[in-house]
Amino acid sequence: MTEVINPTEHDVLSDIHGAIAPPQLEVVSMTKRFGSLVALDNVSLHLKPATFHALLGENGAGKSTLVKCIMGFYRADHGDVLINQHSRSIASPRDAHKYGIGMVYQHFTSVPAMTVAENLVLSRFDSPTVIHWKQEYEHLSAFMETAPFKVPLNVPVGQLAAGQKQKLEILKQLYLQSKILILDEPTSVLTPGEADEVLGLIREQVTDGKLSVLIISHKFREVTSFCDEITVLRKGKFAGTGFVKDLSVSDMAEMMMGEKREPQKVEKVAYSEVIPVLELKELHTNKDNGLEAVHGVNLTVHSGEIVGIAGISGNGQRELVEVLAGQRPATSGQILINGEVYRATRSEMFKHRVFVLPEEPLKNACVAHMSVAENLSLRTFDRPPQAKGIFLIFKAIRDLAVNLIGSFKIKAPSPDTPVGNLSGGNVQRTVLARELSPDSIKLLIAANPCFGLDFAMVDYIHSQILEARNRGVAVLLVSEDLDELLKLSDRIIVISGGQFAYESQTEKADFAAIGQSMAGH
Amino acid sequence: MSKTPQSRIWIANGLGMLSRYNWRKIAEAIALPVGALLFSLILFGIFCAFCGKNPFAVYGLIYKSAFGSWRSFQGTLLRAAPLMLTALCTALPARLGLMIIGNEGALVMGGLGAIAAGLLLSYGSITPSPEQLQNVSGIPSAGVLLGMALAGIVAGGLWIAVVGALRHYRAVNETISSLLMNYIAIALMNHLVGGPIKDPGETIKASSFSLPEMNRLINLPTTRIHYGLFYGLIACVIAYFLIQRTTFGFAARTAGGNVKAARIAGLPVGKLTVMICFLAGSCAGLAGMAEVAAVHGRVNESLVAGYGYTGILVAFVARYNPIACTLVAVLLGGILSSGGALQRTLDMPDATALVFQGLVFLVILFSESLYGRFRVFKEPIAPIAAPPLPPSSSTTVSA
Repeated sequence: MTEVINPTEHDVLSDIHGAIAPPQLEVVSMTKRFGSLVALDNVSLHLKPATFHALLGENGAGKSTLVKCIMGFYRADHGDVLINQHSRSIASPRDAHKYGIGMVYQHFTSVPAMTVAENLVLSRFDSPTVIHWKQEYEHLSAFMETAPFKVPLNVPVGQLAAGQKQKLEILKQLYLQSKILILDEPTSVLTPGEADEVLGLIREQVTDGKLSVLIISHKFREVTSFCDEITVLRKGKFAGTGFVKDLSVSDMAEMMMGEKREPQKVEKVAYSEVIPVLELKELHTNKDNGLEAVHGVNLTVHSGEIVGIAGISGNGQRELVEVLAGQRPATSGQILINGEVYRATRSEMFKHRVFVLPEEPLKNACVAHMSVAENLSLRTFDRPPQAKGIFLIFKAIRDLAVNLIGSFKIKAPSPDTPVGNLSGGNVQRTVLARELSPDSIKLLIAANPCFGLDFAMVDYIHSQILEARNRGVAVLLVSEDLDELLKLSDRIIVISGGQFAYESQTEKADFAAIGQSMAGH
Repeated sequence: MSKTPQSRIWIANGLGMLSRYNWRKIAEAIALPVGALLFSLILFGIFCAFCGKNPFAVYGLIYKSAFGSWRSFQGTLLRAAPLMLTALCTALPARLGLMIIGNEGALVMGGLGAIAAGLLLSYGSITPSPEQLQNVSGIPSAGVLLGMALAGIVAGGLWIAVVGALRHYRAVNETISSLLMNYIAIALMNHLVGGPIKDPGETIKASSFSLPEMNRLINLPTTRIHYGLFYGLIACVIAYFLIQRTTFGFAARTAGGNVKAARIAGLPVGKLTVMICFLAGSCAGLAGMAEVAAVHGRVNESLVAGYGYTGILVAFVARYNPIACTLVAVLLGGILSSGGALQRTLDMPDATALVFQGLVFLVILFSESLYGRFRVFKEPIAPIAAPPLPPSSSTTVSA
């Protein structure tokens, strides 16, 4: 350490790096705002030395914001980080490293084409200009001897299995002599076997008093088998803390979800006669990396019904929606619409009147540099009146756009503006106008339709979806927002690990059971 | 601004096509390539100065030998004709987001297809015997040429369609595969003219048999420009309409802009990819046919004259707009045709024109990174009203 530091800080640092035991970490009434959104509201957390501490919460509860504030990625608007009872300002991950705090991210941060040894040396904050490889290898081999798990030094990272890559990420932090390890959903890319192995080995280090761990997890199984304490956040606020041994899984689920919420009352037309519109039979599909994302789901959605699919992100719901939207092939199983096999071709979409509101509409359903008018006619440009034979009729395309811009109140300078120039809410309105305006719509697939939008827009979208349902449209609504699902759905299904784990009529839904099945119990 | 949204829409409808475009965008799309051309001229001038030549004399000579007289302009148009067609081989797939540079290969394959069809229809055999050579078939010249054009179109089209299919079904990088297929096409041609379809009477340069004079593509009266120029012009106009005005073009632009959006709309992305690639290759194939039928009369290594590679440059400079391709092809055709004059008059190497072309290529590629960087071309941020507004809430300055 060559930099000049004041004596007290120096003492603290030598305490941290000299001692074997990890320091104590406290977060005191931390608040972080992003514009008008309060992501963290007066949150405190106490990570005792040599404990395994889980940070729990639903999507958007503020867990990632909290750890990013600790790591110095974000500057908190209010609040303190105490290390061994001294207030410390952490302005960057380099500062965090100085106090012995290291983080392992959800996604791998190693360079695939470089070897394990090269990646370890690269991760050092004091990388030398000239690397003395012989000496580094000696150090690294000595380090590997003492490390809790072994990864071959000479193998390019690209050739390692996911579990080994995750071990390398953790080894990196140990190599950097981090005493406090922050893990952000470290097992989301691992198989359950790999996850148990990695967490078990870390657990041993904690038990030996060499490490403290703060883990963000959605999986109660991991929390109950490896953790000592939990802290729960809900909607940016502190929701509770306690020892794992004192708490049952349903206690934890209740802390995460809050008190039982009554589904918000909305006006729904009751249908006596129900016709199955969408049927899924033993549907399987893979993730981008070739692992299976959806393991054989069976589902029927009827006309005039909203079926809500709840789940923590990454449990197969995105891939399921992509299959239904025609963006991803199913590996096996069948999709039937109105009793006929459906392969998401344009003619089938038109015949069965299938429409989709995907998440991230600009990325999934719009061509950013094409005009609002062109994007609005994406479903109909090849049919009269917008086309005559193979020729486009610009006037008809434009007239339709002017109409939809008016009735859906899309704020656009003109129908010819590229859709990428509109605000997020107006892009969403554009897609909504295209997908919901046809009277003939029979089936709507919606995925997180309100993500990132303001309250007025959320209400508007909800009313549009309900209005479609009341018109007799069959709706499959996939959402990470449980409140939204409870408000809109007639039936609610929980997806976990690519399978349906729970199903119930919404008015009879058991709240604790939903929470537990979301967390894989 | 005192227009209500309704009147704005009315005006927009009245102006039709024109109002669909933002003039600043158009100005940018013209100013940047023109600026890049001027900048590369300056760089080329510096190069000439290093060679000990007066840059202005060189500029003057290029202008004179490319555009200075009707006679020299004919030479320019002669070279522009194949460039228009080979440019489409890059410009069309670019609208689908594919960067295809297999123009030279498709041109060669088109030439091979055309000579095969031409010889078959004229003599009944690709390697006619001396007796067959005496008996030209009775098929009218127009019929033979039509057959040659079709063969060229199909041969070039299939060649690039393979690239598209590899791209879509096997995720093979289309730029690399199309580049490598150029070498395959040229090697295949050398192999064929050196053996299987060789004309034994030709001893200097291994060549195929020649087309009979009567079945060649003729020149425009009193010029040395052949009708292939019209092939180029017509193909560019058709390509423009196909992309901008038809449902096929709309689907292709959608898939090129965002393949996920195209899939959600159920568009057959794979079919579109292969079809666009076929059309692209068929244009270059037609260029090969015109070169064979009008210029060479047979196939030999002279067919590989670099029109394919220059076509890539034309497409880049034209920003993949087929109509702009015609103008740019004339411009670059002029530069190509001035190469000989530079050699003869200023005693500069023949490759000087290629140096200039290379400079243009680099500067144009660089200028791509400048789009959206100049404030002059940005639309001023106007207050946006949500149409339709009730009259009372209209707060725009009244007239």
